[in-house]
Amino acid sequence: MLTLLAVIIGFLYASSIYMFLRRSIVKLVLGIVFLSHATNLLLFVTGGLRSGEPAFTAEDGTVDLAAVSDPLPQALILTAIVIGLGITAFSLVLVYRFHQETGTVDLDEMAEQDKP
Amino acid sequence: MLFLPVILPLAAIVLLLFTYRMKRLQQWISIISMSAITVQAVMIMNRVVLDGPFAAQAGGWPAPFGITFTADLLSAILLLATGVLSLIVTVYSIGFMDDTRKTAGFWILIHGLVTGVNGSFLTGDIFNLYVWFEVMLISSFVLVTLGAERKQLHGAIKYVVLNLIGSVIFLTAIGLMYGQTGTLNMADLALRLRESEHTGLINSSLMLFFIAFGIKAAVFPFYFWLPASYPTPPVAITAFFAGTLTKVGVYVILRFYNLFVVTDLATWQIIVMIVAGVTMVSGVLMAASSYDIRKILSFHIISQIGYMIMGVGIATVLGLAGAIYFIVHNMLSKTATFLAAGLIYKYLGSYDLKALGWIYKDYPLLAFLFLLPALSLAGIPPTPGFFGKFFLIYGGFQAGAWTITIVAILVSIITLFSMVKIWNEAIWKKIPDESAARQKNPLPLTSLWATIVMAGLIIALGLLTGYLSGYFLEAGRQLMDVDLYIRTVLH
Amino acid sequence: MRSEILKIAALHLKPLLLSLSLILLIRGHNEPGGGFVGGLMAGTAYVLYGMAFGAEKTRQLCMVKPFLLIGLGLLFALVSGLLALLLTGGAIMEGIWFSIPVYGDFAFKLGSPLLFDSGVYLLVAGMLMLVMLSIMEEG
Repeated sequence: MLTLLAVIIGFLYASSIYMFLRRSIVKLVLGIVFLSHATNLLLFVTGGLRSGEPAFTAEDGTVDLAAVSDPLPQALILTAIVIGLGITAFSLVLVYRFHQETGTVDLDEMAEQDKP
Repeated sequence: MLFLPVILPLAAIVLLLFTYRMKRLQQWISIISMSAITVQAVMIMNRVVLDGPFAAQAGGWPAPFGITFTADLLSAILLLATGVLSLIVTVYSIGFMDDTRKTAGFWILIHGLVTGVNGSFLTGDIFNLYVWFEVMLISSFVLVTLGAERKQLHGAIKYVVLNLIGSVIFLTAIGLMYGQTGTLNMADLALRLRESEHTGLINSSLMLFFIAFGIKAAVFPFYFWLPASYPTPPVAITAFFAGTLTKVGVYVILRFYNLFVVTDLATWQIIVMIVAGVTMVSGVLMAASSYDIRKILSFHIISQIGYMIMGVGIATVLGLAGAIYFIVHNMLSKTATFLAAGLIYKYLGSYDLKALGWIYKDYPLLAFLFLLPALSLAGIPPTPGFFGKFFLIYGGFQAGAWTITIVAILVSIITLFSMVKIWNEAIWKKIPDESAARQKNPLPLTSLWATIVMAGLIIALGLLTGYLSGYFLEAGRQLMDVDLYIRTVLH
Repeated sequence: MRSEILKIAALHLKPLLLSLSLILLIRGHNEPGGGFVGGLMAGTAYVLYGMAFGAEKTRQLCMVKPFLLIGLGLLFALVSGLLALLLTGGAIMEGIWFSIPVYGDFAFKLGSPLLFDSGVYLLVAGMLMLVMLSIMEEG
């Protein structure tokens, strides 16, 4: 499972960098989305993978450290996802306005237009 | 009480949202809340000076588990400088900003920015720091695009994307750090890193941290977003960004370098020194070749960041004190130059040096308001810029860091050259086209007074350096004393 | 041209989505759910309505301006953080719990986290409506 996740994370990082290197800013935004997903998965892995173990203590209040999974990375991912949502929404609106204003989503073409 | 610098602007945001589109009321709310933040910062400063550093825990959770807020002298100084700065920029904006932007949420966003900046200065938890960074960044994203002019959108794309990549790298580094040490509290982390044996992993995550904060602080290989985006929004916004955003990056580098770099000190020092030197030189050279006031000033921000990073690399009490003094000086002087540039724009309607001229004859006060912070940036005594560079260069020679110190001296000469260029072109030169009757607009009074107060503060900081240097040295000492920080947070 | 099918569907889905979002909000106390998801769902209900009937009608329908929703949400969240400080003199962001006995052993338990979650709910719903409606009006 860990190996699989590691490969997925690596793949996500690689594809996000590929997206960053494209010229279209729509793909740039997609690259940001991939990058934040990759990081969220990385955070998830750092807590250690334990299948089927909730992050709760037993009914009688005893804590078996070997049996509970670390709740903190999940809280961190939750926060990061919420922030990611806001940022993705903002960048999509930004790209939309950019397209409206310039009629293109290509940064080089935009720079061409601005030349006197 | 340590949470108030964050709660006050948040409460102001709530009020501003409820009074949406009531222009005058919003201005008054902003002025009152910014004054309250400043007063609060003075109170924190007072307590730190009297009793030493102190910490507060959120939710009543004991230290390594909950979120900690810590104030030592460095945080208190920067908090106070941010408070004063935001108050002045708020007053300046009343006269400067146009109504469309004011009603489109300018006041709300500027409070959001202050929330994020104050939170970053105070927090003692690396994930919480990430959250404050995001609060700050999202506000700044919207401020950069506010008004949505074509130029702004173009600059904003670069700004947004590069800073987002920085944030994600920061988050990755947090993940790696947490995976190795199992803690997020900065004091606890410093404690555990000392005992840790996986130096390779630590160094790689520290390098990720350095890259992430390097992007925020605009140091050498990562600064390209800054000259692309800073000149595009209205100058009041740029002035506020110049005074706060990059300085937060520098603050975090200062803090992290002193707390977490425990192995391979010599290598880290070399890396930091090289970055500092190249940042200084490349920033100032690009400034020397530009002809737009805002562009020149933006490139100067980069060059000045190099000086602060140099203080980090020197890593003696004097070097750190110099870096802290330099941050405060730069927050004031840099913002003041932008504010003055904004006044010049209001007055003559252009930022282009080739179109400007003759301000010295037409409006001597304006000429002075620009000259003072410009001289301060170049480092002429008795302005604070001189003392900042003096501390750094003296510290550099004392620590035996010859190369970087000589580079710093050379760079300050080129800085003087490009300031003189603005002076010659915009202020002393005869108007290029004598026959064209130039339209001279009256200056908004609030903006003028805000700039005058700023100039007064710069003079005061310069003249009082003798009295204040003790505080800055103490701040440097507290910053180096990792055990003091750990004791403050954990007990 | 707006589809009639979408109009009918949006008209009937809106109350369903809104009540489901409230259930999600309250369920978040002990089980998966919470203010964020609930707020997203409530916002979606109005966005769907806006897709079917246009942004103008949606604005008339919700009466409260999105900005006010965001402000209210932030206020709730802020108050929930300060509650402990104001009521018991405890630390900031400390949880406060009430138990209102209803009948016999059955008690209604309330806490400041619910207030915080309601704040998040309002804020997210308001934010979603603000962004989507302004895009719809332009496009």
